Amino acid sequence: MNEIIIAAVLTIITAATPLLYAALGEMITEKSGILNLGVEGMILLGAVCGFATVHFTGSGTLAVFAGLLAGMALSSVFAVLTLWFQASQVASGLALTIFGIGLSALLGKDLVGIAYEGLPKLFILGITDIPLIGPLLFSHDILVYGSFVLPLAVAWFLKYSRAGLILRAVGDSHDAAHAIGFSVLRIRLMAILFGGAMSGLAGAYLSLAYSPLWIENMSAGRGWIALALVVFATWRPGRVFLGAYLFGGITILQLHAQALGIGVPSQVMSMLPYLATIAVLVLISRDRNKIKLNAPACIGKPFHPTS
Amino acid sequence: MGVSPSGALYAFFIQPLTSLYGWAELGVKATPLVLIGIALSIGFRAGVWNIGAEGQLTLGAICGGGVALLFYEVDSVFVLPLMIIAGMLGGMFWAAIPAFLRVRFNANEILTSLMLTYVATLLLSLLVHGPWRDPDGFNFPESRIFSDSATLPTILQGTRLHLGALFALGGVLLTWVLMARTIIGFQVGVIGQAPAAGKYAGFSINQIIWFTLLLGGAFAGLSGLIEVAGPIGQLLPSISPGYGFTAIIVAFVGRLHPVGVLFAGLLLALSYLGGETAQITMNLPLAVTGVFQGLLLFFLLACDVLIGYRLQIKQTKTTATQGVSS
Repeated sequence: MNEIIIAAVLTIITAATPLLYAALGEMITEKSGILNLGVEGMILLGAVCGFATVHFTGSGTLAVFAGLLAGMALSSVFAVLTLWFQASQVASGLALTIFGIGLSALLGKDLVGIAYEGLPKLFILGITDIPLIGPLLFSHDILVYGSFVLPLAVAWFLKYSRAGLILRAVGDSHDAAHAIGFSVLRIRLMAILFGGAMSGLAGAYLSLAYSPLWIENMSAGRGWIALALVVFATWRPGRVFLGAYLFGGITILQLHAQALGIGVPSQVMSMLPYLATIAVLVLISRDRNKIKLNAPACIGKPFHPTS
Repeated sequence: MGVSPSGALYAFFIQPLTSLYGWAELGVKATPLVLIGIALSIGFRAGVWNIGAEGQLTLGAICGGGVALLFYEVDSVFVLPLMIIAGMLGGMFWAAIPAFLRVRFNANEILTSLMLTYVATLLLSLLVHGPWRDPDGFNFPESRIFSDSATLPTILQGTRLHLGALFALGGVLLTWVLMARTIIGFQVGVIGQAPAAGKYAGFSINQIIWFTLLLGGAFAGLSGLIEVAGPIGQLLPSISPGYGFTAIIVAFVGRLHPVGVLFAGLLLALSYLGGETAQITMNLPLAVTGVFQGLLLFFLLACDVLIGYRLQIKQTKTTATQGVSS
């Protein structure tokens, strides 16, 4: 029995980790007043670059960094378009996703069908051997450990650090922040790059640990689910964590339902995460005031320092 | 990639257009792009972001194709019109969900319509793997091939160019009249550019959301039906190489204007065709198409700054000053 529970919880953790990275990164971007719809594209580019790096160098560490940098590089294109050229954020984000899907498929054309054993698990001597808790919390790879720490770090950053305060100020009133003398565009650039880096990590986790191989379009809409998670969490890191694990729990239904012999076609089970996304979005959005009070006030609005 | 750039460009942009067959294929590919592109452009003008046209297209194919399979034995001129109506209703139904959720529950239509795209694709896969699988098809996940009375007639002998292309032209005309000559077209423009002014004038934003999404769903559903009743001729697990997403680019490249969308649709159809030619002649992956389409939209968005602003040369340094439109 214990083993079944452990296997189930491990599935939830691995399914939640990429969502957690992507959603937390996007949350920081949105907190600065920028809506980046290109998460899906950045995840895919991070995934293919991570996998290519591990294939050609054999180093998992380098691969994680490659994924991070790839996501960051793609997000910089978005930053140039929206901050410098004042292009529509919605259109630029969509362009980013379409471009990312195409570019990742092009780069990864020779990588399809190659297997990788997966990122090494880091065991902590002594602690991993504790029954139940040990295998649950201390038998993961570096990216999962990182995903345990990241929500705390982001929460602390937003709530207690000076930089976090400035970030929120820029997102809630860019004119006021500009008047005080903060460089709105530079802060937003940083926030966009951070979002890109986290999406890249999410992609790297997918292709290096979750299912260690490369397939075209392997993120299967996780970028969009991450975007929905940010709304679901009403822009709070703790709730992003909660939401990501909720979705992890839905994924597990999908994987284990057939093992348990439930006679539902696999396609119906695969629909669950998407239907659940719609359901939570509806539940959270129906209270207009809640969204209004929690959303960064300047989200989606362009800013030009000379106007 | 190891191929010569000039050769690749020739294969991508010129070679597809060196034959009548190529031109006809261009029309086949442009048909769904133009149909969806014009409908989306109206939504984008009003600030309604229907990103799920791919799903609405799939539902149109499912509903229209379902009718074709239902009347498989019936040889009648009414089958095709019935399929067209079913396809449009299917697309409208799929678009009505995000519209309802947005109007009633304030849920973001970008995310809901996109999630429904994944659901629609899975639904189609479920149907062709299960109840709608061809009984004589050796267990391949495909439906029966539609009977002749359920297939769109070709309009150019020896090619695949079919009646759907005329629907696309009709759609362009219809939306142009709609936008330029009717009250609702005017309301769409006002609400997109100045929501406050629209509200003050008593225009109903909810009505515009319903209108634009249903229109998008109808056109996307129609093009889904056109795909399965035209070039494909049966239901497959995958019926569209991302037409619903490319149509977003078509709408922007066409500057959200029906006539512009027509030309943009032809241009992006060429990118599909060129991708296929480059794959056959130079062994380049099909993903080149997606990269080209993404880059096109990037450059377009970046160019907007040069349209909205004027460059002024001041002695040694160049600065951008504000122009008319910003």
